[in-house]
Amino acid sequence: MRASAFESRWLRIMLPLVTAAVACGFWAFAVKYTGTKIFPSPAAVMRAVVKLGEGKLLWHYIFDSLTRVFAGYLLGIVVGVPLGFFLGWSQSAASAINPLIQMLRPISPLAWMPLAVIWFGVSNAAPIFLIFMAAIFPIAVAAMNGVRNVPVIYLQVGRNFGLSPFRLMTRIVAPAVLPRLVIGLRIAFGISWVVLVASEMIAVDSGLGYLIIDARNAGKRYDLVVAGMLIIGILGLILDTGIRRVEQFVGKSMNHG
Amino acid sequence: MKAKVRFSDINVRIGTIDILESVNLSVNEGEFVCIVGPSGCGKTTLLNIAGGFLQQTSGEATIDGVPVDGPDRRRVFVFQERGVFPWLTVEGNISFGLFDRSEEERRKRIDYYVQLVGLRGFENAYPRELSGGMKQRVEVARALAVNPDVLFLDEPFGALDSITRLQMRGELLRIWQTERKTVLFVTHDIEESIQLADRVVVLSARPARILTEVAIDIPHPRDLSSRRYLELRDKIFSEIGLAHRV
Repeated sequence: MRASAFESRWLRIMLPLVTAAVACGFWAFAVKYTGTKIFPSPAAVMRAVVKLGEGKLLWHYIFDSLTRVFAGYLLGIVVGVPLGFFLGWSQSAASAINPLIQMLRPISPLAWMPLAVIWFGVSNAAPIFLIFMAAIFPIAVAAMNGVRNVPVIYLQVGRNFGLSPFRLMTRIVAPAVLPRLVIGLRIAFGISWVVLVASEMIAVDSGLGYLIIDARNAGKRYDLVVAGMLIIGILGLILDTGIRRVEQFVGKSMNHG
Repeated sequence: MKAKVRFSDINVRIGTIDILESVNLSVNEGEFVCIVGPSGCGKTTLLNIAGGFLQQTSGEATIDGVPVDGPDRRRVFVFQERGVFPWLTVEGNISFGLFDRSEEERRKRIDYYVQLVGLRGFENAYPRELSGGMKQRVEVARALAVNPDVLFLDEPFGALDSITRLQMRGELLRIWQTERKTVLFVTHDIEESIQLADRVVVLSARPARILTEVAIDIPHPRDLSSRRYLELRDKIFSEIGLAHRV
């Protein structure tokens, strides 16, 4: 029992590392074999990452990117959660507003970019707006569906005990919705992270997206381009793992399922 | 005897379907009344009217002589264990209706009802850690904790296995004898109704009318193989037109 638990843990760490090693080997071989001048080798990318890490600029860019993504995402939560609760609670509000939301939802947040640049200029506000547009719909829809799916019997218990509408919301609807909402929050963060990088390629002059586009424009430094991609991927993984932790914690403490 | 709950000529029609047809029923204070009838006949509808969750089409429902208008904490529903909140502990669930009481009062009531329903030691357990029967006890305790005068039980033991169901009936009777609430208990299980009730009200298939009322004059604890028990059971079976054989 103990041995197998240890073994499975060991495998969980080793297997991804083996995959990474194989992928890097294949990558290095492909670069060497084709003799490409554009795509950098793993060693060149590692050198670029180390070099970026030694300077101040990378940390400055990471800070800017994180600030933007959290600002847009939190704005999405602040607006999206109450909106979703409202739409889930009021059938007539949903009938009126939901078609509009469903129409706006499939538009890529990046399609707002030209307008965002005109409205906000080259400033933090433009990417924050785009991330907000990316985050609000999945959050609002998750909250709306969550509220709609609160078992009728819970609401009946609440009314039976004479709860005010406010108490009904805070003591029954909110805890019943939370597990479903947290899933929507994680999906929204994933989209936000993707939109962040794209928006920084156009609307601003700092951040991880800018790092990539700047490295190409200023001298076709593809080692820096791929290094930037790698950093974005690793940061995204770390943030997603953090949100998953929150999700598991909420699922556990709410005891659903 | 004082009438606690009274239905006078209740009719319910939803859309074009008649659910209840001139139901007249009076339940005395402290009485345990079971309402039986075929599945989907409108038993729950009748409870929902008394509980204030549904408005009848015509007729009047009164409690203590006052027409029912909306749910009230003095008359509490007990559902199948599905009504227990999964995000609250046993204590949290039991004290759910006590949000406007003092902390001291809450503690006292939690303590008393945890003991009464036999959940001592499980105060901090979450519903997912409990069996179906234990969750049902939590629901009963939550209802009793607000000190209602009427309890509405809507097939409360329907989801339990047959052994647990028998135990829970015994528990419910014990609690009822301690607390002496007026109980309206809906079930489709005729045997269950005869084991529990002072009086069994038999409804017809939809649109539901009252076919008959049978007073169960067997003292508790009831002997399920006594002649009187079998007589009453067969009487009700024949009343709803079921030959009593499988």
